[in-house]
Amino acid sequence: MAEHHGSGAHALQGSARGPGAAHALAVGHPQGAGHHAHSEVGVTGVDNRKLGMWLFLASECMFFGAFIVAYIAYQGKSLSGPTPEELLNIPLTSLSTFVLLMSSLAMVLAVQAAQQDRQADARKWLLATALLGLGFLGFQAYEYTHFIHAGLTLSVNLFGTTFYTLTGLHGLHVTIGVGWLLALFLRSLKVGLGRAQALSLELAGLYWHFVDVVWIVIFTLVYLMSVLG
Amino acid sequence: MNERELARAHGAVRGHAEAHGEAHVVPTSTYLKVGLVLAVITAVEFGVVYVPALKPVLIPLLLILSGAKFALVAGFFMHLKFDRWVLAGFFAAGLILALGTYLGLGAIFAHRGG
Repeated sequence: MAEHHGSGAHALQGSARGPGAAHALAVGHPQGAGHHAHSEVGVTGVDNRKLGMWLFLASECMFFGAFIVAYIAYQGKSLSGPTPEELLNIPLTSLSTFVLLMSSLAMVLAVQAAQQDRQADARKWLLATALLGLGFLGFQAYEYTHFIHAGLTLSVNLFGTTFYTLTGLHGLHVTIGVGWLLALFLRSLKVGLGRAQALSLELAGLYWHFVDVVWIVIFTLVYLMSVLG
Repeated sequence: MNERELARAHGAVRGHAEAHGEAHVVPTSTYLKVGLVLAVITAVEFGVVYVPALKPVLIPLLLILSGAKFALVAGFFMHLKFDRWVLAGFFAAGLILALGTYLGLGAIFAHRGG
């Protein structure tokens, strides 16, 4: 893959020889970069906001891990009420999984367009991501409605408790993600969505892709493996 | 400036460049190919659960397929393949702790005969 460091790398080549250049670069003010925008780059060489997002996602791994473990631990231990084999609709959930995966594709295309300063494309893909996210939530709302009519409530059995807690928390994350993406879209109408906003969009993208990878795990463990009884 | 200082300064510049939207250039075609592979794997997952002959190997098969999807999204869409190793390290630490929780709880349940 080609690597592009942009003006920052050129600034290093041009300025690193001078006295004090290392300090100027380390605090994120490359000399001669041609702008005065402040970046918060720490000793890891990664922007602090991006590092913070990855630390948050690492904590989210443990958060979802606990609920996935709870679902697996109580699998097949319901004494009454509907069971996963009776209720889970694999064709429908495969479709909703496809929708969420495509939203991730749209998100990465939005980030790429913003990084290349193609603002109209960035906005288009960002809106597509949010709409696909809303589509996924629509599938989940339909599924929940169907399950509640079939007698599966949060308290009816262990399957209901662990299923709604796990998928509900994931749905909550998707809802927050959709809200975040729509807020970015609305903000982009005012301030644009180009190179200057690319990091903000990338952070939202990292969150969105994380929600996607969590669903990949849930789809396999909760839905696909339910056929094994 | 010695090599270590230069490397650190270069890292800072790279982070600064990324903060201003100047990131690794991945061709659009690569993202589209990854999207296509993700769709195909999902279709395969959907198909294999309905093949009775595959039931004995279904668990490892599904784990491999979902692992591949996970790796593709994390590697390409989340840019872990191209980004600094420290980010992949943080993410891996979270996953390892989550896996540790799974193994720990599994051991407790097994011990209690649950």
